[in-house]
Amino acid sequence: MIEGKVWKYGDDVNTDVIFAGKYTYKPMTPAEMAEHALEDLDPTFAKGVKPGDIIVAGTNFGCGSSREQAATCIKAAGVAAVIAVSFSRLFFRNAINEGLPVVELAGGTSMIAKDDKVQIDFEKGVVTHKGKEYRFPALPKEVLAILNDGGLIPHVKRALAKT
Amino acid sequence: MGLTFAQKVLAKKAGLSSVAVGQIVDIEPDYCMSHDNTAAIAKTFAKFGVEKVKNPERFVIVLDHTVPASTEEYAKGHKEIREFVEKQGIKAFYDAGVGICHQVLPEMGYALPGSLIVGSDSHTTAYGALGAFSAGVGRSEMAALYATSKIWLKTPASFKVQVEGKLTEPITSKDLVLKIIGDIGADGALYKSVEFAGEAVEAMSLSARLVLSNMAAEMGAKNGYCAPDKKTFAFLEGRAVAEYTPVYPDPDAEYERILTYDALQLGPQVAKPHTVDNVCPVEDVEGTKIHQALIGTCTNGRLEDLRLAARHLEGKKVAKGVRMLVLPASQEILIEALRAGLVEIFARAGALVLSPGCGPCLGAHQGVLAAGEVCISTANRNFQGRMGSNEAATYLASPATVAASAVAGVITDPRKARRGGGA
Ligand code: SF4
Repeated sequence: MIEGKVWKYGDDVNTDVIFAGKYTYKPMTPAEMAEHALEDLDPTFAKGVKPGDIIVAGTNFGCGSSREQAATCIKAAGVAAVIAVSFSRLFFRNAINEGLPVVELAGGTSMIAKDDKVQIDFEKGVVTHKGKEYRFPALPKEVLAILNDGGLIPHVKRALAKT
Repeated sequence: MGLTFAQKVLAKKAGLSSVAVGQIVDIEPDYCMSHDNTAAIAKTFAKFGVEKVKNPERFVIVLDHTVPASTEEYAKGHKEIREFVEKQGIKAFYDAGVGICHQVLPEMGYALPGSLIVGSDSHTTAYGALGAFSAGVGRSEMAALYATSKIWLKTPASFKVQVEGKLTEPITSKDLVLKIIGDIGADGALYKSVEFAGEAVEAMSLSARLVLSNMAAEMGAKNGYCAPDKKTFAFLEGRAVAEYTPVYPDPDAEYERILTYDALQLGPQVAKPHTVDNVCPVEDVEGTKIHQALIGTCTNGRLEDLRLAARHLEGKKVAKGVRMLVLPASQEILIEALRAGLVEIFARAGALVLSPGCGPCLGAHQGVLAAGEVCISTANRNFQGRMGSNEAATYLASPATVAASAVAGVITDPRKARRGGGA
């Protein structure tokens, strides 16, 4: 169960505005990436974000390129989860692999506003906002296993250690 | 109920008799592709504490995004990749200049009907044009593939796009796919497997089908399939690196959605800044002033695209104030274009013919845009800031529309230009 303060965005937030193409082939540490998170969408984000904050957006979050840094920079910025109506499939995979929880609220996110508080219960599959509960489908067990291990790298390491 | 292409190919790969939509399968891809991002992937791979890549023969690495290196940083990345492939014994390595990954894999015979390919690039969907199941994955996943050869994939639901009639010049598969994306939106086929079918798709060349499958990524799709046929098999003759068994959907397969189009009703389409689904008929933007025109990229940098562009440029000049860039998608295409005399047509028209690669498509080098500039490009993406300045704008169109616009200096309907009305 996590609770956090909301950063609210709209539909089709693409990977270029999350992490600009001009940085993709520059070697950077996650902390450096975090300084450029959402740079072309919301210049106040990187400076204002606090550990545990939650991003809430509309449909097709993370569309565009396969660039994994889009998930890395959000995770490194301290964001605890991203809630969206839907995700691009590559962002979805990348987020799981980075250990960044993603929640699909297919029914809509328009009731949630910037600076609101939301709670996410991953086990029950429930988002709580202003006393109201919104259900989301629990992640498949294969996917949860990766998240629970803290991302794909620790997950694969564990699996390799077992064999 | 019959099974879709995605269900059949994933079941085959997972060694199961059938798979349901939504079912997660663990599979070993036939080939895994990465490009300039291999430098970063190799660093992640090092974190696993595994010395050797498992099954190095399954990996194909193509340097294309920033070739030849335009900065010391890129050069360093390329050097690291060359050292990595040497150390790991990865033989399928294509260095700077061979071509763009999504052209090189079909050309070199890796993209085979019924095969399963993943790539750390979103347009990996392209190989569906040859009947492969191919999807983009992230960098960490590619690193994990180096270590384990395995990946999980969720069986997607399927859409069918049925296109009747026949496309006639100057209308191309680019116009068709832009129209579809405009209709269903950039997330219209999110997580779906899209099957392109019908008379018009059957009549298309392989190059034209590659445009459809490539841009399936821009509707959010996981893969974009065209049924392999005589043309596919003929293309692969002498190229295929292995034997293959095509996979076809059952005639009574279940589709979540079926979209139908009539190719004869279609005019030239343009995607306006700054999203690929901001599509309109060319008439709506005719007369928009442009500063750069680009023919190339993994979407439309093949020989038939260059031929089509050359027909609009032959004996003409690129308009004053316009830079025209032509990037053949591969060395093989460059050689064919030279033989066909196309390179001379471009050069005489005042276009810059650049080396095969991605170049300006991702705004890394070779022709980026300044604030206030407008580009019309045959690429697949026009996000804000992608080709340079955040205050530049990119329109996407077919090679015919781009070439006709380069001559006129403003966005132009290629049908009028062909009649001599626009140039
Ligand atoms: S040409 Fe453009 S879209 Fe295609 S692989 Fe290169 S950068 Fe990506």
